[in-house]
Amino acid sequence: MFCDRCGEPATSGDHTPCATAREMEPPRFCPDCRRRMKVQVYPTGWSATCVEHGTRQS
Amino acid sequence: MPEILDRARARVLHDGAGLGEADILEVLRLPDEDLPELLQLAHDVRMKWCGPEVEVEGIVSLKTGGCPEDCHFCSQSGLFASPVRAVWLDIPSLVEAAKQTAATGASEFCIVAAVRGPDKRLMEQMRAGVKAIKEAVDIQVAASLGMLSQEQVDELVDMGVHRYNHNLETCRSFFPNVVTTHSWEERWETLTMVRESGMEVCCGGILGMGETIEQRAEFAAQLASLDPHEVPLNFLSPRPGTPFGDRPVVEGRDALRAIAAFRLAMPRTILRYAGGREITLGDLGTREGLLGGINAMIVGNYLTTLGRPATADLELLKDLKMPVKSLSATF
Repeated sequence: MFCDRCGEPATSGDHTPCATAREMEPPRFCPDCRRRMKVQVYPTGWSATCVEHGTRQS
Repeated sequence: MPEILDRARARVLHDGAGLGEADILEVLRLPDEDLPELLQLAHDVRMKWCGPEVEVEGIVSLKTGGCPEDCHFCSQSGLFASPVRAVWLDIPSLVEAAKQTAATGASEFCIVAAVRGPDKRLMEQMRAGVKAIKEAVDIQVAASLGMLSQEQVDELVDMGVHRYNHNLETCRSFFPNVVTTHSWEERWETLTMVRESGMEVCCGGILGMGETIEQRAEFAAQLASLDPHEVPLNFLSPRPGTPFGDRPVVEGRDALRAIAAFRLAMPRTILRYAGGREITLGDLGTREGLLGGINAMIVGNYLTTLGRPATADLELLKDLKMPVKSLSATF
């Protein structure tokens, strides 16, 4: 599993700043494979698509 | 009361004329203990020359990322190691975004693209998108597509785009520290064409990119000389992977001083809260800015980052007894 903000392994390092930042940002990396996702932000939400693992939405 | 505030009261509040660069600088240098009085004056100016209404706007990115320019604050430049990937929004999703915006009571919807300037494909997407929005949603459409040719300006007018955003971003003297792939003067040329076309000019920038207080005053004075219909005021939100990714966030009191100073420089303009206010000012500061010169806001999310829920901002406006500007009031 990977941090969806920085793309580094979720189990190593401190991702507290990432979690804080994520309150005001959509995810950028797929948490399953760390690929960069195609992200579209909408006025009231977002969608993030990994070519391998599909689309996540807010 | 500091002498500069007496002078500003006479010149700006009573006569409706903006402060010049030297006076703006003096305002930006006021100590913290004078901030409440400064904000009150800026609020009085806004109420006298603009009224109590607040213009609410939503924005969406039509084309995200992959930009060839090197604006050092921007996560959408293809020249930096930013995690933002290129993506295009389809027309049905664009119309849905306009509907989401209109549902908040907003009168403005701005379509934005991360480009140096629009190519044929983007202009075609704009034409189809604006037409679809106008058929489905009762809202004013604005656009922000980078630098334009005269033909593109004319095309946007023909589409029914009523306002065009093109930020100068910072003052002329600091611009080369922010962008090297095009010049401040090239941006000014586009703004001149937009003004002459009859479209409303929307032009602002970002504070906190490393400019000095003197350059902040220079920027306010240069914007005032442009006399834009709207000035969106952003505060740097440092983006990972960009050259400005580790710059410090603007201190809240400096941000409030800047809001008031920009209002005193441009008493009649629509001065809009744009990106970065959440991290720079927080909830309390957002309220203080609305009582210190701001009379418009972007609600909901931004282009690549998230904002406060629109409902939270609308509740705040209700609490402050500031009515949302209706669509009919914009014609």
